Amino acid sequence: MRGWKPAPHVLLLLPAFVVLAAVVVVPLLLSLYSSFTPFRLTRPETIYTFIGFRNYLRLFADQEFWVAFGRTVLLLTIALNLEMVLGLFLALLVEKATRGQRLLRTIMMFPMMFSPILVGFQFKFMFNDNIGLVNNALQSLGLTDRAIPWLIDSHLAFTSILIAEIWSSTSVFAIFILAGLMAMPKEPLEAAKVDGCTPLQSFRYVTWPFIMPFAYIAMTIRSLDIARAYDIVKIMTDGGPAKRTEILWTLISRTAYSDARMGLANAMAYVAIFLSILFTILFFRQLAKARQQIGAEW
Amino acid sequence: MATVSLKNLVKKYGSLEVVHAINLDVADREFVALVGPSGCGKSTTLRMIAGLEAISGGHIHIGDREVNNLPPRQRNISMVFQSYALYPHMTVAENMGFSLKIAGKSQDEIASAVADAAKTLGLEELLERRPSQLSGGQRQRVAMGRAIVRHPDVFLFDEPLSNLDAKLRMQMRTEIKKLHAKVQSTVIYVTHDQVEAMTLADRIVIMRDGHIEQVGPPEEVFRRPATRFVAGFIGSPTMNLHNALVSDGRLVFSNGDTLPLPGQFRDRVTAGQKVIFGLRPDDLYPTGHGIHSGEAAEVHAVEVPVSLTEPLGNETLVFAEFAGQDWISRMLNPKTLRAGDRINLSFDLSQSHLFDAKTEQSLRG
Ligand SMILES: Nc1ncnc2c1ncn2[C@@H]1O[C@H](COP(=O)(O)OP(=O)(O)OP(=O)(O)O)[C@@H](O)[C@H]1O
Ligand SMILES: [Mg+2]
Repeated sequence: MRGWKPAPHVLLLLPAFVVLAAVVVVPLLLSLYSSFTPFRLTRPETIYTFIGFRNYLRLFADQEFWVAFGRTVLLLTIALNLEMVLGLFLALLVEKATRGQRLLRTIMMFPMMFSPILVGFQFKFMFNDNIGLVNNALQSLGLTDRAIPWLIDSHLAFTSILIAEIWSSTSVFAIFILAGLMAMPKEPLEAAKVDGCTPLQSFRYVTWPFIMPFAYIAMTIRSLDIARAYDIVKIMTDGGPAKRTEILWTLISRTAYSDARMGLANAMAYVAIFLSILFTILFFRQLAKARQQIGAEW
Repeated sequence: MATVSLKNLVKKYGSLEVVHAINLDVADREFVALVGPSGCGKSTTLRMIAGLEAISGGHIHIGDREVNNLPPRQRNISMVFQSYALYPHMTVAENMGFSLKIAGKSQDEIASAVADAAKTLGLEELLERRPSQLSGGQRQRVAMGRAIVRHPDVFLFDEPLSNLDAKLRMQMRTEIKKLHAKVQSTVIYVTHDQVEAMTLADRIVIMRDGHIEQVGPPEEVFRRPATRFVAGFIGSPTMNLHNALVSDGRLVFSNGDTLPLPGQFRDRVTAGQKVIFGLRPDDLYPTGHGIHSGEAAEVHAVEVPVSLTEPLGNETLVFAEFAGQDWISRMLNPKTLRAGDRINLSFDLSQSHLFDAKTEQSLRG
């Protein structure tokens, strides 16, 4: 290697590149490659068999996969919308508080501090048809006289998961929107009042356009979250019963480890990532547009 | 009909009272300027009239309606904010048309009203821009445009020119004056620039610490200030104000120097009374370098040393020492003076002011 003298900046950046390559690029390439093999954990030598796009072709014809895919998108859509509305509401309430706002903000963050596993267990307990709080409460109030099979009926189980998701993450929206509200200049609001706006009109024409970019940031984050959702569902229903609440990542982990079909699972994962990328692009577009609209300087 | 009347108007923040029962009647189509030092309650008063700030006591009438508890949107007012408060996400045209849109006017009506206002203010080229793409002066004009499209009963301005540079400010001052002549609305204009107040207003309201000190036409507050505070606040450079004692038909200053007691006050003071003597720099000039007021000659000349000069081109401000203090005098047709030079200083006593040292009220009749 005599005579090869890298420029100092290359030399200085080299360690970072090496580390990045080792922990990110190599595993990524490896998993991408394995999605083109029939790799099974039980038969390690299968990783050397290259089968081209066969895993992907198989996937596209696999109804189970598309049902899980569709359910994930449905969960994402409903959860995002409800979280958005609730988070907005919460943020507006907290912003109005003249006293104890810091305390309220801290309390608001509590659900985010719980591990999703714990949230899953909590809600699994609450929605338990025999000993759960929800049924107990409904029955003591005389609203129903039989046990509702929350985690067993497919619609109810989906709803239960939705509630757990929303409970744990509405504060993401609330916090971003609250940040937006607090950063918002107050004068345009006063100008709107003088210009004849009712409080509702002020919100619609002045406040909302201003906090929209903040809502889009929260949406991007949360769409990635839900597209990767796993823990809560795993704990509450494990995709069951009879795959009635199977979502993408519970299906992927089952395929990879229970069925030991790592190659196929990796192919699924790449399709799932594609979904995430799609949502990210979508929301970033909206964000850019909204930012430009309010002439944001950030 | 768009008179504005404030009766015993009070504003408290918690237990802190910042506006103390002020009374003011603004006539229809009158241009009234609220002036006063920072923190005296000008903005608070204006915001109470606008309905942006709840009132803690008293009454506000606009026209013959009591508006105490009406929200801003029911008061038919327009307001121009110091920071302009444009809607950042709307174009200039949308900003100006917003109030009409809220009022449910048709697209055509809005477009023609906006076009009219844009023409008046020279904004035709900028209608599709957003506020972030405008200069300070342009934003200011958009804010004015937003206020005039509605033909409100009352215009409220809160220091609309304070963010502009001196030249633009002068230009916009003229614009506002023309605008008022054209739209003929009642205007309440807050400023702490007394030149703005003097040039624009029909009447000036001078506020201090939440009180009104004096209300009157510019000429009157300048020539006949009711209190020592008004005397010091209105006029630039500020009036010379120095403590003196009345003794034997003379004013005796702290170091023993004296001036004759001006004739107009001779019957209004008693020997031994502590007073404040005031004389504007215009009425104090190096002999031969001023304009005599022409009123009953009562010019008194004293030889004094120069301590400092500030040449302004067409005139020079000369700081000269008399009675142990610096007095500002205005020298027209200036000649070069150096610190330490001795000059003959003319005091035009017919133009002097006298205030009681304790009450600070004018001793003029
Ligand atoms: N929200 C508030 N809480 C408590 N005190 C306030 C509040 N707003 C204003 N004040 C006080 O009220 C007084 C009057 O304020 P105001 O803004 O009316 O002054 P101003 O005459 O407009 O001054 P400036 O020329 O600096 O704008 C000040 O002493 C200020 O500290
Ligand atoms: Mg102010």
